[in-house]
Amino acid sequence: MIRRSLLFGPLFRDGKRENVERFDAIVVGAGPAGSAAALTLARKGFSTLLVERGRVPGAKGMFGGRVYAWALQDLLPEWAKDCPVERYVVRENLAFLTEDSSLGVSFESPKLTQGRTASFTALRSAFDSWLAKKAQDVGAMLVTGIRVDDLWREGGRVRGVTVAPNDRVAADLVVIAEGAASVLVRAAALRTDLEPREVSVGVKETIELPAETIQERFGLGQKEGAAFVFAGQASLGLRGGGFLYTNRATISLGLVVSAEDLARKKIEVAELQTKFRTHPAVQRMIRGGKILEYSAHLVPELGASMAPRLWGDGVLVAGDAAGFLINNGYTFRGVDLAIASGIAAGEAAEYARAAGGMTASNLAAYDRFLRARNVLTDLERFRLAPLFLKNERLFGMYPRMLMEIAERLYTVDGSGKDRLLSIVLDEASSADIPKWKLLLDLLQGARSM
Amino acid sequence: MSAQETAVRPMRIVVCIKQVPKAQELQVDPATQTLKRVGVPSEINPPDANALELALTLKERHAAEVVVLSMGPTSFDESLERAVAMGADRAVLLTDRILGGSDTVPTAYALSETIQKIGGYDLILCGEETTDASTGHVGPGIAGHLDLPQITYVSDIRIVDGKVRARRTAEDGTEYWETALPTLCTVNFGCNKPRSPTLTGKIRVKRGGVLVHWSCAEVGIDPKKVGLFNSPTIVAKVDTVKLPPRAGRIFTGEPKEAVRALLEALLRDRVIAP
Repeated sequence: MIRRSLLFGPLFRDGKRENVERFDAIVVGAGPAGSAAALTLARKGFSTLLVERGRVPGAKGMFGGRVYAWALQDLLPEWAKDCPVERYVVRENLAFLTEDSSLGVSFESPKLTQGRTASFTALRSAFDSWLAKKAQDVGAMLVTGIRVDDLWREGGRVRGVTVAPNDRVAADLVVIAEGAASVLVRAAALRTDLEPREVSVGVKETIELPAETIQERFGLGQKEGAAFVFAGQASLGLRGGGFLYTNRATISLGLVVSAEDLARKKIEVAELQTKFRTHPAVQRMIRGGKILEYSAHLVPELGASMAPRLWGDGVLVAGDAAGFLINNGYTFRGVDLAIASGIAAGEAAEYARAAGGMTASNLAAYDRFLRARNVLTDLERFRLAPLFLKNERLFGMYPRMLMEIAERLYTVDGSGKDRLLSIVLDEASSADIPKWKLLLDLLQGARSM
Repeated sequence: MSAQETAVRPMRIVVCIKQVPKAQELQVDPATQTLKRVGVPSEINPPDANALELALTLKERHAAEVVVLSMGPTSFDESLERAVAMGADRAVLLTDRILGGSDTVPTAYALSETIQKIGGYDLILCGEETTDASTGHVGPGIAGHLDLPQITYVSDIRIVDGKVRARRTAEDGTEYWETALPTLCTVNFGCNKPRSPTLTGKIRVKRGGVLVHWSCAEVGIDPKKVGLFNSPTIVAKVDTVKLPPRAGRIFTGEPKEAVRALLEALLRDRVIAP
């Protein structure tokens, strides 16, 4: 293919070699937030550069593996046509684990599989590449294999990105979407360094199993999937929990655990994952599988109260970099918030352009667009959740207590049965939990969830 | 070229590069006894990457224009685009089915014709040899066709008063050579550290217009001088060397005695000469 004749091409454009490339907008990070932002910006007529440090989108990223579809539906109403869905989640499970036992609830409803309220499992590499391609399809330029180390700042405003002293690219707006460990958020002076109490560590193993085995074992149809959230022994009583999602022919198995607790208890997260994997209840689900991949990742646990500033002169922050993650004990949400915040960033840019430029005061409209998409509202609604989840009784004592109750209810040895309430109160007192604390925890749990 | 002319337009450096299978991934097809090239990751021939790096250094010093040239299938675009992303100004790929099977003789001829079509060249840089064939013929061959002076095994170049001063690595030391432009140099493997592609460079590649494909007809290459049948090299036989199994002997005892025993064993097995 002849792209352009040399004879008529820009033979000597290099008289002005130091010409800086420029775009209306640069998005850093081609994950769900970045690609959603780039797609929205490009659609709205911004010349858009999407920069990714991995060799391909998704190469450096990690997520649990489940996507709530509502935000994707807003971005791409036709998403279901070609989105690389592994399985649609038709059954939700919550399980409490002790050393060797498991107590769970399971939920099935047509609502789990329909339209906006559907959720599905996905593999990061396939999903991110697909979404980045959608951004390219509407005109965004994707460049991979480049790590952006710094923002190009001048007089307090962001003018573009800096890869090296002689490798800068200019833009009116930079959208930071590079994930939880963002260095650019700090470079933009929007946040100071993260503290251990503000992050969790996520680990995930991808375990290979034949599709038929998964379907048989979990009672699923061909495109159907199951999701599990584990509490209690999953994290050895540390704050956090485990998850298991079924993909087409793999299982995503992982933990999200407070970095502060890990440090305090001096437990290696890999050791924790091994204990979790070998728990009898978990082992039964992954038996015969082969571990293909192990990954670890920082997960922001900031809650809305500790999020960085989300905008500045010439800059917006989206996705994990903005702390947009909800972990309320029974759902881990990140990808949907990332996509929704990416859309909102594009909308804020459009608003600012009409209002005269990418100043902080114009970009403050981002807050409004985030609220319109319920990103900030949901974060605020669950802002108590991180506090409630800090309650160690929730992860250690209560699961053990529930299990002992279940054991007493379900084991028949002919010695005579107590009534349920007396069993509960009996267990509570033997677990050394005063009744008023039990009541308080119940109330707090109800409020935060 | 006089210094006066250099002032009116930037010095033009043509860098010849080849795309080769990554050295660590080299595999010989046991059936055909040739290098496997399909499904193996590729890279810019490492000595050519050193030549490119040297050219880019000269570009920074002298505001030169760097044109990268390769001959091969369109999959070579990958390496040419990488070269532009590293900082070259533009790239030319000579690509034509009739070139298939060419050995170093037709290759040097075809590349020299293409360099003449690019025109205006002041300096031509090649790697000292390729890692997949290791002949080192092509650079000197191009110099012959273009009737240019050549300096081989160069590790550094200065341009002073329109002349090339090159540091040449010889077996017994270092030589310094000076010659007038235009000239051709082949560059030592490992004499510098090739830079990484830049964001700006990758954007230029994406914007397009930096790479052209030329056919033999477009360049004016004589079809009777290229291809397998016009290549004098005949590959009679290729042997893969079978590595002898390790003896796995461990010499114990006093270090002095153990070393003596080791040396005696090595001499006896003719691994080392007395």
